[in-house]
Amino acid sequence: MQYYEAFGLEPALSLDADDLKKRFYERSRLWHPDKFSRASTEEQEKALEMTAVLNDAFRTLRDPVARAEYFLKEKGFELSKEAPPELLEEVFELNMALEELKEGDESARPQLIEARDRFVAMRDSIDGSLATTTDLEQVRSLLNRRRYVRNLIREVENVLPN
Amino acid sequence: MSFQIDFGNEKSPIVGIDLGTTNSLVAVMELTGPRILSGIVPSVVSVTEAGDVIAGVEAREMLLTHPDRTVYSVKRLMGRGVDDIQDELKLFPFHIVEGSESTIRLKLGEKMFTPPEVSAHILRKLKLDAEAELGVAITQAVITVPAYFNDAQRQATKDAGRIAGLEVLRLVNEPTAAALAYGLDKRKEGIVAVYDFGGGTFDISILRLHDGIFEVLATNGDTHLGGDDIDNLMLRIALEDVKDEWNEDVSMKADAVQLLRRAVISAKEQLSFVPSATIDLAYNGKTYQREITRELFDKLAAPVIDRTLGPCRDCIKDAGVSVAEINEVVMVGGSTRIPLVRGAVEALFRKRPHTELNPDEVVALGAAVQAGILSGDVEDKLLLDVTPLSLGIETMGGLVSKLIHRNSTIPASATEQFTTAVDGQRNVLIHVVQGERELVKDCRSLARFDLKDIAPMPAGFARIEVRFLIDANGILSVTARDQRSGKEQSVEIKPSYGLTDDQVEAMILESFDKAEEDFSERQLREARVEADSILAATDKAKQNDAYFELSEVDRASIERGINELLVVYHGNDHLLVRAKIDQLNEATQTLAENMMNTAVRGALKGTNVNG
Repeated sequence: MQYYEAFGLEPALSLDADDLKKRFYERSRLWHPDKFSRASTEEQEKALEMTAVLNDAFRTLRDPVARAEYFLKEKGFELSKEAPPELLEEVFELNMALEELKEGDESARPQLIEARDRFVAMRDSIDGSLATTTDLEQVRSLLNRRRYVRNLIREVENVLPN
Repeated sequence: MSFQIDFGNEKSPIVGIDLGTTNSLVAVMELTGPRILSGIVPSVVSVTEAGDVIAGVEAREMLLTHPDRTVYSVKRLMGRGVDDIQDELKLFPFHIVEGSESTIRLKLGEKMFTPPEVSAHILRKLKLDAEAELGVAITQAVITVPAYFNDAQRQATKDAGRIAGLEVLRLVNEPTAAALAYGLDKRKEGIVAVYDFGGGTFDISILRLHDGIFEVLATNGDTHLGGDDIDNLMLRIALEDVKDEWNEDVSMKADAVQLLRRAVISAKEQLSFVPSATIDLAYNGKTYQREITRELFDKLAAPVIDRTLGPCRDCIKDAGVSVAEINEVVMVGGSTRIPLVRGAVEALFRKRPHTELNPDEVVALGAAVQAGILSGDVEDKLLLDVTPLSLGIETMGGLVSKLIHRNSTIPASATEQFTTAVDGQRNVLIHVVQGERELVKDCRSLARFDLKDIAPMPAGFARIEVRFLIDANGILSVTARDQRSGKEQSVEIKPSYGLTDDQVEAMILESFDKAEEDFSERQLREARVEADSILAATDKAKQNDAYFELSEVDRASIERGINELLVVYHGNDHLLVRAKIDQLNEATQTLAENMMNTAVRGALKGTNVNG
């Protein structure tokens, strides 16, 4: 997996955040294009390429969710965009309330605020489970659920100004 | 052997340039630290009646006498289209040529210029000033840009450098440059916010400083918000006032408006230090005076200053830090002299901002530090900057699919697969946009990339991998590969704003033609710089014991050499100056050799040869 290779790490779902950051700074000092401004064009291009991948990799690996998504994808697992069945009823009610508020029915607002808080709590609990789960099938279903919940939060926040 | 070895051809330095909306500056990195060269160059360009293009202080004077042949604040037009600048046109006397569309053209006198060409004249002025002071040719530069500049604005700045005959080794974000200059002798670790409020742009950046690494965590801003906006508010009121008092509307008279603008700016600047100032105008035998108190000024300026606070809050949030975690706030840009600005920043960040650095110079100094990093002279510092805006592509229904999110550390890249929708389709058009909104129409169009000459095959069979790469300057490039054949896929780029490569090439050639005219003058100047060094070196050598050991004849020929060089020094013939330099060089050869021998003997005496 290219992103792990960029850091000289073995692919793993969990990793040491401080060690990752240390490796990022070390490698940036060595590879950054600034260090090659008087080198040949080929070397400059190589430095640009390696640093871009290093930065992309750091962005992905330091974030537990992005890291898990990357890891699963590289392992050949597909993530789905389908709604998790256990959330269907809740989503239906949420959409109703969203419509009502958009049409100017202020009575829907408290319900939406409450729904948002519940989804945020749900997301945080998924993040907690992600940190301790190692079974890839389970990780996949957690990620599916998380992605869906995140979209719901975004939808509600688009309607509720802060 | 000659004295040339002491003053030999040093490697030409990379200069750092702050290309500002109102003023520009050039600096260079020296052993003792970064240093500003020559003086402030007003970012004003004018065409004289003789057809010569001038930049800087002289051009600023032309604003009063020939406002129709003079342009200022051109930075506001860099990388923009005519549709973008309608608001600016109401307030700035830009002389836009009819029919300008994606590329703006300005008319100054009989000549036409694109904004990068105007900026190139400012850059060339800075380049010549730096060359005169350093006595060497300058060919490479680091140029600063507002952190919130988009791809087109950055590209336009880079084009300006090329047109001016400068290889732009790096574009550096202004607040980041300021942090570099600041972090050099102040804080070594911690989180620093840089609040950069200049003439025409506003930036806020939050950085983590760690063991020589300057890591930008987030940046935000407004590329059309600055002290100019306060000037315009004051100007509008003053114009109304003048109309009432004189029964004459001078708002269409460019020279009167220019005079009044200057009076307004002067009052604004005074109000940073005194509680009340006067706007003074004398025009066509009439006079106008108006006292303005700081209280009134604050009332006018408050809405403009408030507009900087939203981006600050967003930036803090994006950086993932709390206000309490920010160790220091650094102020950059002339507008941060305004007490109300300082108060607003202090209230928001809950700490007293640093104002001890000269807010006009700190960006150029930082650019020089970055130049030192690139040349290898500064080894322990490294800048990790971010892209200010998300990069995306247009998808079905005019929606944006984001590929690289804002505040990603650059260089950054993203890869995307494309295929065909119709049997036998030969082209795929990719529309790249920059911005945070979800609809294409609310984002900034960067360019359309046409993947061409795709091998004909059934719909959906083509597999083209497109790589989007933002380099360390924040500028995008796109490459594509046909995954089936493994071949590089040709990409034709149509920038939405700005110049094509061919246009820039043409402008460089044109500037070379003009440079020919300056050439002899330039050679003369270079010859004089060289003459200065050899005269200084000879003067110094005359104090040396070796000089007194010379024969009468040798000493006399050195004296003659000096005198003859001095005679031709102020003439117009650079070849003659060169000839006399050579003559003096020859006359001092024995002296140089003797001094060298003495030095070697001295060095040997001091060496322990037993080791």
